[in-house]
Amino acid sequence: MSVIEVEAPGLQTTVQDLGREGFGPSGVSPSGAADPISLRIGNRLVENAENAAGLEMTLVGGTFRFGEEAIVALTGSDFGAELDGVALKPWTSVQVQARQTLRFGATRGGARSYLCVRGGVDIPLFLGSASTHVLSGLGGLEGRALKKGDVLRVASNRGTSQLGRSVNANVIESMHSRKVLRVTVGPQSDWYPETSRQAFYAGTYRVTEEANRMGLRLEGPPVMPDRERKMITEGVPLGAIQIPPNGQPIILFVEQQTTGGYPKIAYVISADLHRLGQLRPRDEIQFELIGLHAAISLLRAQEDLMGSAEIFRHAID
Amino acid sequence: MLTLPSEAVRFQSASDQSILVYLGQQTITPDALQQVMRLLHLLSSDPIAGVRNLQPAYCSVLIKFDPLTIAQRKLEEILSGYVHRLKDVILPEPKQVEIPVCYGGEFGPDLSAVASLHGMMPSDAIEIHAAAEYLVHFLGFVPGFAYLGGLPQELVTPRRSSPRRRVPAGSVGIADDQTGVYPFATPGGWQLIGRTPVAMFRKDRKDMSLLSMGDRVRFRPISRAKFTALEDE
Repeated sequence: MSVIEVEAPGLQTTVQDLGREGFGPSGVSPSGAADPISLRIGNRLVENAENAAGLEMTLVGGTFRFGEEAIVALTGSDFGAELDGVALKPWTSVQVQARQTLRFGATRGGARSYLCVRGGVDIPLFLGSASTHVLSGLGGLEGRALKKGDVLRVASNRGTSQLGRSVNANVIESMHSRKVLRVTVGPQSDWYPETSRQAFYAGTYRVTEEANRMGLRLEGPPVMPDRERKMITEGVPLGAIQIPPNGQPIILFVEQQTTGGYPKIAYVISADLHRLGQLRPRDEIQFELIGLHAAISLLRAQEDLMGSAEIFRHAID
Repeated sequence: MLTLPSEAVRFQSASDQSILVYLGQQTITPDALQQVMRLLHLLSSDPIAGVRNLQPAYCSVLIKFDPLTIAQRKLEEILSGYVHRLKDVILPEPKQVEIPVCYGGEFGPDLSAVASLHGMMPSDAIEIHAAAEYLVHFLGFVPGFAYLGGLPQELVTPRRSSPRRRVPAGSVGIADDQTGVYPFATPGGWQLIGRTPVAMFRKDRKDMSLLSMGDRVRFRPISRAKFTALEDE
């Protein structure tokens, strides 16, 4: 049995897979990787199933010592990882020798980096998923972020392909270079007069320090309804953009509350949800309204790309 | 007798992978709860391919689906069929659950304020809160958080103007005409009147959440000593 020892945990490093869908009636939100596209690609680089558990690091990464040799891939944002002091190429499957140390630094790009290891992190599942739900202390390793001294087991998976499998640069580029989030109209958007909607769609919003896996609080032009209104609490999906009484939007994220009583002016489209996971405090974003059919076409295009062999290239080509 | 003409059901696009089903008049009533539970019952006994998750609330269900597997129009068509079957659903008997609560003091830092807002003594507020029977409308917000309806009018109190960053697990609160128990330490804006030593959500229990939709709930006042004893169990 292969193990990874946590020598330093980083700012907030958690075990994540693609989350647990289907437990909304118990108030359990899916959780899962904040940038699931990066986790999926990372897993494919090391020949895991796309939903195998990996480590999600936030802003500052950790230091990990490998007990046995392993094959790993780093995806998401570049955290300046070094293997025994030598820079390690991201978005590529690489060999780690027994007793080597993999050290991540602070981000050079977005908020999250993923460490995927062939076989996946082996951890007891909660409701069918390894994902940590930090807020409720469920899933993952004891329901919490990793700390120094934790030991993670790696499941065995022999794999077959050669090392050096990597991701085409244009794919990485297309996945991550977006500061304009596309949205579809929300069920309470008619609460907002034209002036408010204009403020929302023309304005630039800054991600505040209060941005975590539950939600991203934004700061920018306030979005005010035409008059004081009240609604009955209803279910809220991932990516819902809620407007609380102060008019400052909150985007619900992977550890979201499952229901809410604030109006929703819009929803981030599915094809852009993974980009939310790379937003850092003080990042500036804008919203662009598109139609439902366009949103689904973008999702289909993204899934077609994810399903194609074109995203990968081989070092020896 | 429950009746629900199909025209009282409205589908509303939510995100590109979810729709809201609004059931009946948009009011918080036991009837609305019955309809929501019936729809959930049908959706779990007769699942629709492509549906991934359900989030019930007072008088609506948010249905999350994979838009690449099933188109929203097709989903609405199937759901319309379900709506016609709602009246035939027989729901299981609801549970009766009693929750011990140590009211006031450090466990209920807002009890005095709630009582004085309504011109009563804290002991009166406790008596009124513990005398009523509540109905679990749905679980939401966080795992195992039950939204309880049936708060006596005398205790209806708005949320705190500024939410607490951390409400301890087990805290019993009031927000408008709702009452409920925080299963986990989370941020929260409800007026806190007491705390229960009973776990509202345990992953090692078969029914992880102590409460389920439709359950009838009563709160029983206990002493600080009893709280400690129960907590140790």
